[in-house]
Amino acid sequence: MTPSNINHHLTDAVLLAYSAGTLPEAFSLVVACHVSLCPQCRSALDGLEAMGGAVLEQTETTALSGGALAATLAKIAKDPTGSPAKSYRKSSFPSPLQDYVGGGPQSVKWRKVGGGVKQAILATDKTASARLLFIPAGTAVPDHSHNGMEMTLVLEGAFSDEVDRFARGDVEFGDEDLTHTPIAEVGTDCICLAATDAPLKFKGIIPRLLQPIIGI
Amino acid sequence: MTQPSACAFVPERAESSVYTRGEAIVKRPEEPKPRSDEWTLCLLRVRDTQDQAAFVQLFNHFAPRIKSYLMKGGGSDTLAEEATQEALATVWQKASLFSPVQASASTWIFTIARNKNIDAIRKQKRPEPEELDWIGDKEDDASVALETSQEESGLRLAVSKLPQAQRTLIERAFYGEMSHSEIAAETQIPLGTIKSRIRLALERIRHDLAREK
Ligand SMILES: [Zn+2]
Repeated sequence: MTPSNINHHLTDAVLLAYSAGTLPEAFSLVVACHVSLCPQCRSALDGLEAMGGAVLEQTETTALSGGALAATLAKIAKDPTGSPAKSYRKSSFPSPLQDYVGGGPQSVKWRKVGGGVKQAILATDKTASARLLFIPAGTAVPDHSHNGMEMTLVLEGAFSDEVDRFARGDVEFGDEDLTHTPIAEVGTDCICLAATDAPLKFKGIIPRLLQPIIGI
Repeated sequence: MTQPSACAFVPERAESSVYTRGEAIVKRPEEPKPRSDEWTLCLLRVRDTQDQAAFVQLFNHFAPRIKSYLMKGGGSDTLAEEATQEALATVWQKASLFSPVQASASTWIFTIARNKNIDAIRKQKRPEPEELDWIGDKEDDASVALETSQEESGLRLAVSKLPQAQRTLIERAFYGEMSHSEIAAETQIPLGTIKSRIRLALERIRHDLAREK
């Protein structure tokens, strides 16, 4: 495992909700991608899952039907190996994201948002939404604030805003209190994966008009 | 499990030590020496030799717990029963992916039950992190299993010593009774302690085993 340069990690609450399996799909995707890139959060997740194992051990028992073992063995006999593990090409997109895009960055079906910014909404359940953002080097995303929770993971390039600099693997959390203007660094285009449980609110008049069209 | 099991690691009996302090003879309470948990050894047998008897032991221990867990997650008796059978079938099917470097059997089986809860009971999806390739030597697995089990039993001990209210919160979180925002608002869950306790240990174990990818 190569040491990572990640400075902005997942919160404990997000990791616990993910390990318990209660995080909405869109946020789970961001978590899965960050954990794929971050040995530190992966180990933290393992620790929380070990707690889940401890909770399972302490759970009271509920009797199964008389034929349960035989039925399970029959399932195994029918399909001893289950579905084979998928294989992935090496790319800047971690494998959980490749599942949604059908490959790496070149497989994304981008839609223009304006000012060179592009996005692609990913198919997740409706409890929250996930999208990829493409921000050309040196470009700013309009000022916006957030209704609910937003998590943004950098996959390529880097951006800076009022909070800090965010590069590959870093996650920025946004909520009601954060209004920011992320600017992609000069030199490399920036690709981010963002999940939110509420529509983004843009401050500028044009982005606000665009909002219903681009569906964020 | 009170009966000797096929997978039970023969535990070294810890001897009570007797020492004197002044006049008094103090007998220390017997502390069992750490041992690999029998479920991890069962799972390694399923993985390495497709041992059916070991699988039946795992089934008898875990299936009734998984069924309760799935019913807490909102499954009816019928649905939870079916999903439990599927979860146990997955234990067999995916056993080749089990690595004691990453988890004990109960932790690994918990993740399978959790995923079953999401896809079969709640009908949702859960993206999984990229798999790490552990190039570790299978010969080492028994000793690695011992190390992982020790770390996890240390963690469990730490959890068992928490105040009841905190333990209840952890259970509620894992039984799916708390949303992310409820967890975030709850300052009583001693996440930092729990996370760092096992994290450091696991990082150390892995550091020894993992080669540069
Ligand atoms: Zn991290």
